[in-house]
Amino acid sequence: MATAPVSHPDPHGHGHHQPGFVEKYLWSTDHKMIAMQYMFTGMAMALIGGFFAYTFRMQIAFPGVDVPGFGLVAANEYNQLITSHGAIMIFWVAMPVLIAAFGNFLIPLMIGCDDMVFPKLNRLSYQIFLLSVVVLIASFFVTGGAFAGAWTMYPPLSTKAEYGLAPLGATLFVVAVALEFVAFLMGGINFVTTAMNSRAPGMRMYDIPIVIWMIVVASILFMASVGPLIAGAIMMLFDQNLGTAFFNPDKGGDPILWQHLFWFFGHPEVYVVLLPAVGIVAEIITVMSRKKMFAYRTVLYTTFGTGVLSFMVWAHHQFIAGIDPRMANIFTITTLLISIPIAEMMFVFIATLYGGSITLNTPMLWALSFIATFLIGGVTGIFLGASGADIYLHDTYFVLAHFHYTFFPIAIIGTFAGVTFWFPKMFGRMMNETLGKIHFWGTIIAFNCIFIPLFVLGAAGQHRRIFDYSMFPQLMRPELRHIDQFATVSLLLMLSFQVVFLYNFAHSLFRGPKAPKNPWDSNTLEWTADSPPPHGNWPVLPTVYRGPYEYSTPGRDKDFWPQDEQH
Amino acid sequence: MSASPIATTRTTAGMPTGRLAVWWVIASEIVIFGGLLGSYIMFRLSHDAFAEHAAHTNTWIGAINTLVLLTSSLFAVLGHKAADAGDGPKAAKFLYLTALGGVIFAGIKFGYEWPHEIALGYTISSNTFWSFYYTAAGIHAAHVVAGVIIMLIIAPRAKRNFDLHRVELIGLYWHFVDVVWIFLFPLLYIAK
Amino acid sequence: MMEWIGVVAASSYAKDIDFVFDLVFWITAFWLLLTEAVFFYLIFRFRKKPGVPGQYVTGELASEKRWITLPHFAVLLFDVAILYFAVKVWYEVKQDLPQAADQQIVRVIAQQWAWTFVQPGPDGAIDTADDITTLNELHVEVDKLHHFRLESKDVLHDFSVPVFRLKQDVIPGRVITGWFTPIMTGNYDIQCAEICGIGHALMPARIIIETRDQHAAWMAENSTVAVASATAR
Repeated sequence: MATAPVSHPDPHGHGHHQPGFVEKYLWSTDHKMIAMQYMFTGMAMALIGGFFAYTFRMQIAFPGVDVPGFGLVAANEYNQLITSHGAIMIFWVAMPVLIAAFGNFLIPLMIGCDDMVFPKLNRLSYQIFLLSVVVLIASFFVTGGAFAGAWTMYPPLSTKAEYGLAPLGATLFVVAVALEFVAFLMGGINFVTTAMNSRAPGMRMYDIPIVIWMIVVASILFMASVGPLIAGAIMMLFDQNLGTAFFNPDKGGDPILWQHLFWFFGHPEVYVVLLPAVGIVAEIITVMSRKKMFAYRTVLYTTFGTGVLSFMVWAHHQFIAGIDPRMANIFTITTLLISIPIAEMMFVFIATLYGGSITLNTPMLWALSFIATFLIGGVTGIFLGASGADIYLHDTYFVLAHFHYTFFPIAIIGTFAGVTFWFPKMFGRMMNETLGKIHFWGTIIAFNCIFIPLFVLGAAGQHRRIFDYSMFPQLMRPELRHIDQFATVSLLLMLSFQVVFLYNFAHSLFRGPKAPKNPWDSNTLEWTADSPPPHGNWPVLPTVYRGPYEYSTPGRDKDFWPQDEQH
Repeated sequence: MSASPIATTRTTAGMPTGRLAVWWVIASEIVIFGGLLGSYIMFRLSHDAFAEHAAHTNTWIGAINTLVLLTSSLFAVLGHKAADAGDGPKAAKFLYLTALGGVIFAGIKFGYEWPHEIALGYTISSNTFWSFYYTAAGIHAAHVVAGVIIMLIIAPRAKRNFDLHRVELIGLYWHFVDVVWIFLFPLLYIAK
Repeated sequence: MMEWIGVVAASSYAKDIDFVFDLVFWITAFWLLLTEAVFFYLIFRFRKKPGVPGQYVTGELASEKRWITLPHFAVLLFDVAILYFAVKVWYEVKQDLPQAADQQIVRVIAQQWAWTFVQPGPDGAIDTADDITTLNELHVEVDKLHHFRLESKDVLHDFSVPVFRLKQDVIPGRVITGWFTPIMTGNYDIQCAEICGIGHALMPARIIIETRDQHAAWMAENSTVAVASATAR
């Protein structure tokens, strides 16, 4: 192996011709372009998922009133909208943006190589992902319309045609999810093998930036947990279409089997999306506070610990589902135990701030708000993990508020943090800082105004997945209706502020001030490439001499020490 | 053929990238089959009727197919040995023999065993045992067919001494397909 | 907290479930506020100041690690306390099936989209000719132990009585047993808490907790006659 490898000057044997539009934007095998494909698809899906949230929240706040831009949200429409909202946000926003977009963009750049190990497989993974998007959207337009049985697809509602209204929609929904799983299994091949095998010379295990570790561990968690659900999805497709009865009790099947297969994946899945977000936050916090990561190895060990434990908690989603009540005791113990490595991770991040020199720019505001809001998500999980309390809180808005206080920081705050931080590298321009701050404050304040009240509603007994509470006198108290309206108005506010981001993004993309290579004075390798990096990333691939977090190292005049600088 | 990026040629983890990738694929398949077979075992343990339904599978056919797969795996090993020694034509010959084993396996299953069972009235929707039988054996058979196709792509290039390392990789995958069958055979054919 | 939110505790175990909720609430509120306070303090104290560089703190020294491991153990201790009470209540409500000489059985049959309740008539035995069957309305006697048997005719449903703090999924093909003892009279919501199709929000029921005399009068009026009552609006 050469000591200073030169990235292939002519990898496609094309001579000196420039790639055409199709080859550059639609058929590329370059990891950076594939990252953009995932990112823009994910962001577009976020607009759809957000629109759905708008429609069903309007129905809750103003029942029976036509929703502007949509029409009447009656019982079936409501169930369809909440089903699609949940599935879209997790599978088609959080995963593609946090794992596939940031993973594809960052891994080769941060470990110092020229692309992913299997570029054509990488391209194929996006294409399968895009196919899953097409299948999902197609399901909205077929006879019977979109599937309406919640993103969890519990049978027999989801498998027996006579119980639901959308047999074809239900099948397409399962197919879309299965395709998405296949796409990410393929993507995982690249993430893990590239990070393990293609590191720059000199980059030892503990010199790898935390975000890379996080994406690798997330890929492993995904792979190890999704298998049983893929088997389950095949079983569900057969139940829906071939007359089998894996989950149909009339013919000897067991609906609870589906639940176990689903949640065995479903719980690790939340850590699959959490870890990349935490990784993004780690990179930003260290750079913006000019501090070494506090106890880097502890971060790794808590990550591994969380990953392992995440396989042992799944049935806390099923405490009152009809499982053997004795089993619930095991799972309540493991669930409360998992709060410990997560708490430790949060403490370590907070400790990193100690002794820092903190700049509160837009990426840092997002990263810090991740911690502040995720803490709320984490502690409210304890209410639900305590089996005795979950008897009351299951299927109420308390659960919904809890998981939005975890998912929103992960998928939305994590994304905004990563995008505002790496935008200069991705697009070669700087975003507008003032607009960034306006967007931040509007979003964060509105977000809390939406979901804190929902904890109260949940504790008052308001159940999920109900399009109209008028048949439940206990829930028609004016105070509770007003809280729902307050939450919906806050959502409208939050959605409006996203216009600021969209404008900032689009305007900066074309007219933003040109970005230097390293606008944040960061140590990691991606900032030594051009903004944006060319095909092959560097003319000469870098060599690494130290870890990524040598900030404020004593005895140096600069307060940072890039990984690739020999002295 | 476009050249691979430099990333593909590095081996910081001490293992060639292709092999690392195949192990990753095998690991994900283990979890898929694990989930399916785990569900089957749970059902089997809680439904006594399964034993009665399972009595109707053809153990002799199952045994023959096991022999076929094991023999084909032997050829895969010989092919790997030849590839390591740099003997492309020999490696290709053994790959073709391995693929032949896969074709025989699929031929017996789809050409005789399943049509016979369906004619007797044992279809995928007859009862949960048969649902599992066709699903598990079917997904396995799909992996056999996929393996054969990949071998037929690798073998011609190997014969001309190109990409000999791929002989080992497809061999690894093939051994995994074999191992899955080693689990399926007792579960579906022997435990009666 | 439930009182403040305005949900009465109408079953014998409601206050125990509320206790777990309150316990978790105060412990987590304490931790949350403390952590957020430290967090915001550090942001403020170590904001960028001209001429003041960052410090080189690795977090690998024992004196530094202590700041993490000590809170970490405290979290563990609080978790154990919460676990103790959670498991205790769980056992009481879900694993245990108390017996009483005058216990009442009620069959709860869920379907798309209505609740049917079957209770013994004057002969005191269930599944006999004089059983009282009601639709979407469950009459029970206060201070009496009830065993319920949940069944579903089609998909998953969930029998949820918020004022009892009770919730249990109903699975087709199985009969699931549980219990409650009402401790105050009144007319309250029963909800389905597992999405069951287009009518999931349209299958409310009422639980009407009556005194001994009221209940006896209701039984006398209704035995041998199946009563379909209009859903209370």
